Amino acid sequence: MTWQTVIGLEVHAQLKTNSKLFSGSATAYGASPNSQTSFIDAGLPGVLPVLNQKAVQMAIQFGLAINADINDFSFFERKNYFYPDLPKGYQISQFQRPIVGKGHLTITVNDQMKEVVIERAHLEEDAGKSLHEIPGYTGIDLNRAGTPLLEIVTTPCLFSASEAISYLKTLHQLLRFLDICDGNMQEGSFRCDVNLSLRPKGSEKLGTRTELKNLNSFRFIEKAINYEQRRHQDLLEMGQHVSQETRLYCPDTDTTQLMRSKENENDYRYFPDPDLLPIEITTKTLNDIKATMPELPAEIKARLRDKDNLTSDDIEFILSSPSVLRFYDDVRSHCKALPKTIVNWLKGTYTAALNDKGLSFEAPPVSSTDVACLLDRLTDNAITANIAKTIFATLMNGPQSIDELIAASGYKPQDSNQMEDMIRKIIETYPQQAADYRAGKEKLLSFFVGQVMKETKGQGDPAKINELLRKLLG
Amino acid sequence: MHKQSILALSQALQKRELSSTELTQHYLNRISAATSLNTFISIDEKGALAAAASADKILKKGEGNALTGIPLAHKDIFCTKNMPTTCGSKMLADFHAPYDATIVRKLEEQGTVLLGKTNMDEFAMGSSNENSYFGPVKNPWNTNCVPGGSSGGSAAAVAAQLVPFATGSDTGGSIRQPAAFCGISGIKPTYGLASRFGMVAFASSLDQAGVFANSAEDLALILQSMAGFDKHDSTSIDKAIPDYTATLHVPFKPMRIGLPSCFFHAEVATDIQDAIRAAVKIFEQAGATIVELDLKLQSLWVPCYYVIACAEASSNLSRYDGLRFGYRTANANTLQELISRSRTEGFGLEVKRRILTGTHVLSSGYFDDYYVQAQKVRRMIQDELKQAFSEVDLILGPTTPSCAFKIGEKITDPTQRYLADIFTVAANLAGLPALSIPAGFSSGLPIGMQLMGDHFSETRLLRLAHYYQRCTTWHQTKPEDFQRGVL
Repeated sequence: MTWQTVIGLEVHAQLKTNSKLFSGSATAYGASPNSQTSFIDAGLPGVLPVLNQKAVQMAIQFGLAINADINDFSFFERKNYFYPDLPKGYQISQFQRPIVGKGHLTITVNDQMKEVVIERAHLEEDAGKSLHEIPGYTGIDLNRAGTPLLEIVTTPCLFSASEAISYLKTLHQLLRFLDICDGNMQEGSFRCDVNLSLRPKGSEKLGTRTELKNLNSFRFIEKAINYEQRRHQDLLEMGQHVSQETRLYCPDTDTTQLMRSKENENDYRYFPDPDLLPIEITTKTLNDIKATMPELPAEIKARLRDKDNLTSDDIEFILSSPSVLRFYDDVRSHCKALPKTIVNWLKGTYTAALNDKGLSFEAPPVSSTDVACLLDRLTDNAITANIAKTIFATLMNGPQSIDELIAASGYKPQDSNQMEDMIRKIIETYPQQAADYRAGKEKLLSFFVGQVMKETKGQGDPAKINELLRKLLG
Repeated sequence: MHKQSILALSQALQKRELSSTELTQHYLNRISAATSLNTFISIDEKGALAAAASADKILKKGEGNALTGIPLAHKDIFCTKNMPTTCGSKMLADFHAPYDATIVRKLEEQGTVLLGKTNMDEFAMGSSNENSYFGPVKNPWNTNCVPGGSSGGSAAAVAAQLVPFATGSDTGGSIRQPAAFCGISGIKPTYGLASRFGMVAFASSLDQAGVFANSAEDLALILQSMAGFDKHDSTSIDKAIPDYTATLHVPFKPMRIGLPSCFFHAEVATDIQDAIRAAVKIFEQAGATIVELDLKLQSLWVPCYYVIACAEASSNLSRYDGLRFGYRTANANTLQELISRSRTEGFGLEVKRRILTGTHVLSSGYFDDYYVQAQKVRRMIQDELKQAFSEVDLILGPTTPSCAFKIGEKITDPTQRYLADIFTVAANLAGLPALSIPAGFSSGLPIGMQLMGDHFSETRLLRLAHYYQRCTTWHQTKPEDFQRGVL
């Protein structure tokens, strides 16, 4: 029996608004417990919610980016259940009419393109956190209670772990480039639940699904899917039934464990929240938001590929975060170096330096203007690559004038003809080595490079020297 | 002093014939002498006198306005920073709100003097004020009778002249019915006119803040300060508030007054029917045309109301879980026990009854037949009433089918109790403004007449009520007059 795995994914993305979905509290991560909790967040008697319009705008931007239907009329509903981290005893969410309807996202799996169907995306408030570190107590931190979430749900249209991961990475990138979510899985601003079932290949009917939670990284998601599909397969091949359950992934054992049975699932008693007005989106609002849409990854990829002639590896690097793209674009617009040269520098020298100091392109220590200037000098042959690297290292410690640093280096750009003359002279000085090289002793090239470097007092451009030596040695 | 209208008191204060401190002390003394009525849950003598002193400073400078220095009481459903907010419940018996309700803030900004918080049916659920953790309130006209509910404490306090005005909340008649039972004037404005922020929620789409006073004139003055847009309440309406007082005395053009035939059926006490018909004659003499209305959906008002109110209440009261504030059981070993026992011990019977009912009507398998159906019927009820207002300028009728019943009388049959709301719930279902004013007596108990208008017709309602009160003296009759045999 050949089985087909069917996967649907639910992503909860925390929207990057300054304040919460229904109150003015701050949303910054890591504040001391309950310091970002207002009376409204705490669900005190008599408080009322007021909708954060920026969250609505972000949801619409997402909808536009996935070519989804934006419902002109949607409303909030209460999802009722009791839990200490849910202060009102209900979560304000959307059920019957979400703000964003059906859309799609194109992903690439093994060089093949696939259209993933997104069923819907809706706004809801997050719950607080339970902390179990205090002996004998559970601590409730309501800082997170009320932060805005966009819940994005796919149809069950993914058929492997690699498809799932590709979708998640593509979605993750889209959200970051829309600037509506910072996608930090460790901090919980991008959370994924997996719904998985198996069916005989060719069958139209869906099998019983289980829901997987506690997946904090793409790696864990992949492992969890692999484990769970094997678990389903084992059960089905033994003639047993798969129970509809929620399971937690346990990284220590690389298994999934039962969390709660969905059979006894709460009846959430959804009903429209009478404290909030419906969201009405006019054509004008949609057009206004369309006009504010940033460049999307698909468009960016196209121009990097077609205009800048970059490889997919280079593009992947540039699109690894909006700050890298911004930096690249800034350098590119201020300098005449080839795009490829720029990427190589950022990917190589700059990234290595950042890694060394634990920094990132979010707060680049060397400005894009300085990098542009440096690369211009390099392109003009005013300096060699080595000197550029040395100057860069200096700039990492603090901004300085590049031209002054160049002057201080004492480098005088070698005239090509002068260089050729010098190299000819050196070759003439060592006829035996030249002959040996021509006879096949490749290693002798470095001998000559060494001689040239000695002659230029170490200031020669090794790449240029190599090129000329090969040319003149024949 | 306590026999004067707010306008008269205000003038006396501004002319310095009277000080706010004197006035406040006078009312505080009356409250102390009337504790058997059980109208107040909390009294803040110190705070009140301090506020009165501040008011006197302002009045001395000649900078007082219409409400500066005037004492008031708030129904214990409005959050106040300086006094507990109990909602008449064990669940919140020791709850100190860290903020003031918008209504509280607005009235404080007018320079009023808060004397205390009044007794009420627990979480506003009830029509007799017998459902209070703090004991029943007694009707000043007959202390064996209920004052009505859920704002029984506020109504009784104003009727007994312990305070010139008091706020209330009205979800299905909780201002108008006690106003009728206590022989005073009470108004529930259009839904969205007065902010609900800080008014503990019972049924969010039905609740509305309002006020009790001794006359329509007083109501107009107070409503002026209570009404207005609040950005903290998403259901608050951003609309200019007219000058209710300025238009009170304007002679009205001949009005079409609607009399629903269902308001005069056999279950309505004869004395009440007679009083209403006498009132109708007064309006006819002023040139009004009476139009008989056939409100076909009237029999659906109460069931529709109870399904929606209980559903919303079941959700609004979920926050009372003993975890962050309020009553917490001393006897729990698991989280489940902590929450369920806190609620079992903290809530009274009627509250539990309504939470269970509300949970039921929202449950899977029942949701469509109860909740969705009720919402559809609600829309139809609203449409029928809006249609009526295209034919008439206001709808008139008895506020209640009977006068105040005896304490303990109907307590064994809850659905019978619910039918007492038969004339009042429509205004809440459709968000319409309505008021109740005294229209007579039956065996020493007050009779109330309800005027209900189209959205934002408070001006017209108050004007008509004021006219009626110029032609009659029911609203000036007080319990002590009756007791002295003046009646």
